[in-house]
Amino acid sequence: MPAIVSIKNLHKSYGSFRALSGIDLEVQEGEVVCIVGPSGSGKSTLIRCINLLESYDDQGQVLVDGVRVERGKALRRVRKEVGMVFQSFNLFPHLTVQENIVLAPTRVRNVSPEVANSKALDLLQRVGIAEQAEKYPGQLSGGQQQRVAIARALAMEPRVMLFDEPTSSLDPEMVGEVLEVMKDLADSGVTMIVVTHEMGFARQVADRVVFMDAGKIVEAGTPAQIFDHAEEERTRLFLNAVLGHKDEKRN
Amino acid sequence: MSFTETFLNWDVLVSSLPLLLSGLKVTLLLGFVGILFGLLLGLFLALVRIYAIRPVSLAAKIYTDVFRSIPILVLLIVIYYALPFVGLRLSPFMSAAVALTLVSGAYTAEIFRAGIEAIPRGQFEASHALGLGYRHMMADVVLPQAIRIVIPPLTNNCINVIKDTALASVVAMPDLLKQATQAQALEANPTPLIVAALIYVALLWPLVVFVGRLEKRYRREER
Repeated sequence: MPAIVSIKNLHKSYGSFRALSGIDLEVQEGEVVCIVGPSGSGKSTLIRCINLLESYDDQGQVLVDGVRVERGKALRRVRKEVGMVFQSFNLFPHLTVQENIVLAPTRVRNVSPEVANSKALDLLQRVGIAEQAEKYPGQLSGGQQQRVAIARALAMEPRVMLFDEPTSSLDPEMVGEVLEVMKDLADSGVTMIVVTHEMGFARQVADRVVFMDAGKIVEAGTPAQIFDHAEEERTRLFLNAVLGHKDEKRN
Repeated sequence: MSFTETFLNWDVLVSSLPLLLSGLKVTLLLGFVGILFGLLLGLFLALVRIYAIRPVSLAAKIYTDVFRSIPILVLLIVIYYALPFVGLRLSPFMSAAVALTLVSGAYTAEIFRAGIEAIPRGQFEASHALGLGYRHMMADVVLPQAIRIVIPPLTNNCINVIKDTALASVVAMPDLLKQATQAQALEANPTPLIVAALIYVALLWPLVVFVGRLEKRYRREER
């Protein structure tokens, strides 16, 4: 089966700084891939290249469902198929929760308002906040907002969902509810690429974990391979630092 | 003479009313011209400031800073009394319209700039990510938010422009205030001045209330 997302030799530089240097990554339909690594390692830049929120250097290529992601007519077609959830939610503050979800399907997919509205309510049910449909984003907690953002992305029925540190700007007590929704999505077969610092989530939910550092993929494998039997020294150092720190906090 | 005979003299009011109304017409026309051209100038300056190349954008910034610093009355007197020395002679109405437009343009430029820049990058990114085209992104996401941000300060600016039209009476323009002082001299009674003041308040009070309500509503929605 061809990969739904195929990244070959991806480079990205800002002036002389190389944010990404030679990334290769294929994601199959139904797969959940978690990308982990230190801050500034290029994780977010990488997934932002998939729907061209970041441009990339010419020698590389990103394909979504076989279509090259680049400026031009094909771009909107690609973006319709790629949902994205941001660290800062980016809900539309002047629209109600329901209007946020209905906007893109009616404008981009030409879904009728009735269908889009009933679908929006289904999705809100699915992320556990059906009762908030008429509220404005500013009236919701961070965790609720992020769940709306997930519903908004799902409403477009994307082939792939990108999550760019979806829990990093949440208060600690709200992280769980968002991860729970993401886990349900993963269980229901949604293809997901998740940049995250939540190692517990990566270990539990990912089919594959990708460790990045300094704009390169250092190693990739199953959660067990990466978390328990990392081959690269850098991976082990990073995981020790992150997990060790967590344990200290717990004690 | 009683208080009412002095300050709210009905006979004086009736006989000076035509003069006051003609003055009101001039005030409204001047306010309208100043607001309209100020808006256009301001929008132009804001776009230049945000999107033009560096030196042009810097020129727009210097313009807005200078014209927000200069008192309108000073500018008006310079235009009316000083420009004739270099051969540029404007009528009282033109002088006042130019002064109001130049200053109002500087203020509205800052308002528009703030409105456009206040839309976070994430709003554009979310629109892109959802596959919204440029037209829908602007019409459904960006402009509704920008207009909300901009309307209260723009209305405030309108209030200021209309108030500032009264300055034009110093260059002998027959606006509401000028006509009221004329009528007062003519009748030897201050009633026209009182009535003129009441007309200004009646004109602007609704706008002041409107701005207050908008600001309150937007604050509530934001939370």
